[in-house]
Amino acid sequence: MTRWTAVCGYTDLLPERGSCALVGEQQIAIFRDFDGSLYAVANQDPYSGAYVMARGIVGSRAGEPTVASPMHKQVFSLATGVCLDDGGTTLPTYPIRVNEGHVEVAV
Amino acid sequence: MNAQQPQRVVIAGYGPAAHRLAETLAGRGFRGGITVLGEERHPAYDRVALTSYLTGASAADLAYPPVEGVTVRLGARVTGIDRELRQVRVAGGPAEPYDVLVLATGSASFVPPVPGAGDALVYRTLDDLDAIRAAAAGQSAGVVVGGGLLGLEAADALRGLGLDTHIVELAPWLMPRQVDEGGGSVLKGHITRLGLSIHAGVSVAAVEPGRVVLSDGSAIQAGVVVFSAGIVPRDELARDCGLEVGQRGGIVVDDGMRTADPAVYAVGECALAGGRVYGLAGPCFTQAEVAADRILGGDAVFTGADLSAKLKLLGVEVAQFGAMEGALDVTYLDPVAGVYKKLFVSDDATTLLGGICVGDASPYTTLKPFVGKALPAAPSDLLFSGGGARLDLPDDAQVCSCNNVCAGQVREAVAEGATSVPALKACTRAGTTCGSCVPMLTRLLEQSGVELPKALCEHFDHSRAELYDIVRVRGITTFSELIATCGRGRGCDVCKPAVASILASLLGGHVLEGERVALQDTNDAFLANIQKNGTYSVIPRIPGGEITPGKLIVIGEVARDFGLYTKITGGQRIDLLGARVEQLPEIWKRLVAAGFESGHAYGKALRTVKSCVGSSWCRYGVQDSVGLAIALELRYRGLRAPHKLKSAVSGCARECAEARSKDFGIIATEQGWNLYVGGNGGFRPRHADLLAADLGTDELITTIDRFLMFYIRTADRLQRTSAWLEALDGGLGYLREVIMDDSLGICAELDAQMERHVATYADEWRETLDDPDKLRRFVSFVNAPGVPDPSIVFETERDQIRPAVEAR
Repeated sequence: MTRWTAVCGYTDLLPERGSCALVGEQQIAIFRDFDGSLYAVANQDPYSGAYVMARGIVGSRAGEPTVASPMHKQVFSLATGVCLDDGGTTLPTYPIRVNEGHVEVAV
Repeated sequence: MNAQQPQRVVIAGYGPAAHRLAETLAGRGFRGGITVLGEERHPAYDRVALTSYLTGASAADLAYPPVEGVTVRLGARVTGIDRELRQVRVAGGPAEPYDVLVLATGSASFVPPVPGAGDALVYRTLDDLDAIRAAAAGQSAGVVVGGGLLGLEAADALRGLGLDTHIVELAPWLMPRQVDEGGGSVLKGHITRLGLSIHAGVSVAAVEPGRVVLSDGSAIQAGVVVFSAGIVPRDELARDCGLEVGQRGGIVVDDGMRTADPAVYAVGECALAGGRVYGLAGPCFTQAEVAADRILGGDAVFTGADLSAKLKLLGVEVAQFGAMEGALDVTYLDPVAGVYKKLFVSDDATTLLGGICVGDASPYTTLKPFVGKALPAAPSDLLFSGGGARLDLPDDAQVCSCNNVCAGQVREAVAEGATSVPALKACTRAGTTCGSCVPMLTRLLEQSGVELPKALCEHFDHSRAELYDIVRVRGITTFSELIATCGRGRGCDVCKPAVASILASLLGGHVLEGERVALQDTNDAFLANIQKNGTYSVIPRIPGGEITPGKLIVIGEVARDFGLYTKITGGQRIDLLGARVEQLPEIWKRLVAAGFESGHAYGKALRTVKSCVGSSWCRYGVQDSVGLAIALELRYRGLRAPHKLKSAVSGCARECAEARSKDFGIIATEQGWNLYVGGNGGFRPRHADLLAADLGTDELITTIDRFLMFYIRTADRLQRTSAWLEALDGGLGYLREVIMDDSLGICAELDAQMERHVATYADEWRETLDDPDKLRRFVSFVNAPGVPDPSIVFETERDQIRPAVEAR
């Protein structure tokens, strides 16, 4: 059964900017899109190994919501975690929801 | 072919033709030895740009790049040729044996045999210019004998030295080789308006101390006299060893540039090719390339050259192409604007034969390629419509006459992937000598259907410069507004930072304010530079590289207390590395309290203005370079641009601050400051070009203000000033027209923009510390603000931290 962890208030998240949550020992990058949707992916950049995905620029590619690694600019789909520049690499994604004003992720 | 190649090539003379020959041989893989014997003490330099030497350019600025693998002996005058032993004698040095000898001894100025002219000044070499400068000291008036191309250059030089300048020309009007009487009269109007006096249709009868007597009996009171009335080939070496020379001078060569002795060639202004001595750079370069090809075993021929010329003398455009007469001619004359354009056509008015332009040389660029071909439109239309800018060139039409490149070669290069002006320059050489054909290269690129990659990304079809104009003209203040107006989707890591930079340049304000925070790259978003392990580096501003011991100690204490790695940067600042995001505000509280500001090392913005210690301390310094560097750094700090901006100020010509590798660099002169622009270190080094010389401080600052604002307005995304300048239509000349002559009428606006930047600048770190909303983002974990990122691990190297190799 999914175990939800509350990490912050919904209004703590800036539109189109990421934040990082520490859940147990895992670092989860969470994003609030311009239309209010939430996404959660692993904070570790699979290319550089650094824990920085939450600090990437949020945008869109052909309608798909994206985040670009701040290290070397590879672009990932926020919805699927797939790297859109190189389909072979994928960021783990996690369930995320708003519950009574709190953002919760499931790891 | 290699079997026939000679072992030792000796080139007598080291001017532009000799340089091109050595360069061509080396570039085409010649395996033998190449020795160049230069009579002057300077290596080969650009004689076309000689005038700039008197307005601030140094001998090094004019020098051609050295050719690798070539032995150069300077100050080595050749005194004789022994054709039997195959060696040349060199004054005061060992003889030089050769298998092939190329004479590239150039020419001397022609000085008419009139009384008193024996020791006259001439206008030919750097040493001549030094002599002119020395002679002009303390004088008020000067005379140039000769009203041709070189004469007007010399006149410009005398005028630049502050002399009341007179020009004496034997023909009834100036530049008789390039323009007809009508053009001469328009040209005269331009030049007299500049305050120069013209004496045409007379010759010099005698040069006396303090005056020049003319053939009509009148006299000009002047203490400086420069002869620039034509050239005489330096053919004495050939003459002395029995090689044939022309009646009026010039070493006789065949169409392979070879003399009657198969081991001796002659190229450049000393050669008589097809019965003619060529004095323009273009044909001399072609001759050098033909000789090089023959030496390598090829069979290239020199069949004469186009003597068309487009010049800007004393600020007046003059151009001539093709024939100077024809069965029919069509003339456009605007005496008010001082524009004269004439086309010569065949008797049936279908073929273009040539043209003359004064005051507006645009027909030269558009119509010269049509010489000898069917007229692309009615002659009057061509003259009135600005010269037919959109005409389709035939493949065999010559685009670059300096390097003999035709439209077909350019199109071929485009098809092979050279899809920008710099790429075309690199692979065809077109546009690399005088640059007048660069607008034509751009046109050919466009006509070849090259989508000059303009769209910023999938969200905007516009270039950065176009978006800048849209934001400026429509008064847009946010990314959302802009993308709703002219874009699509939600943006990306390409367009968002570019638009953030445009908004910052045009509106000022804090880069983390409101919606703008979402546009910034991680560096701007945290006002620090991200490192490989996700930590950041901190660089406080140290204007001009000047810092007090007290402030140095603060930096040391902050680094020690936060456990940071310290290193001196190349920009005369101190880098503190290894800070976690949550440490950044704490570090900056300490730095701001001690009087430090953001150094913007993370931004596409002004970085540093380096300086040497200058006249305050240095025994060679001529100006206060530190004081100027600090003033400039404080003026432009925080200015966002398409890319980072670096600068430096050197206090004398020794250039210890390396100003010529900067986007804008300043070098002190006795009279003021020389301003260089478009320099770059890094991936593709480029020396900055001299934009203006001997400026006063106020004038210097105004010029830099406009340079920066014009760059910010027109550059592409992430285009440094060096690439921007190289791609700029019309290059440095155009840049001068825009920001110094205000040819576009935008200088007042550029000035106002810079004034607003200076007036509204505020330190963005101080403002961040004062704003709890902005500070909230500086945490590693949104749900555990005090917890440091456990993935960040350091090890120790040379007594300091470094990211741990297995920090994963």
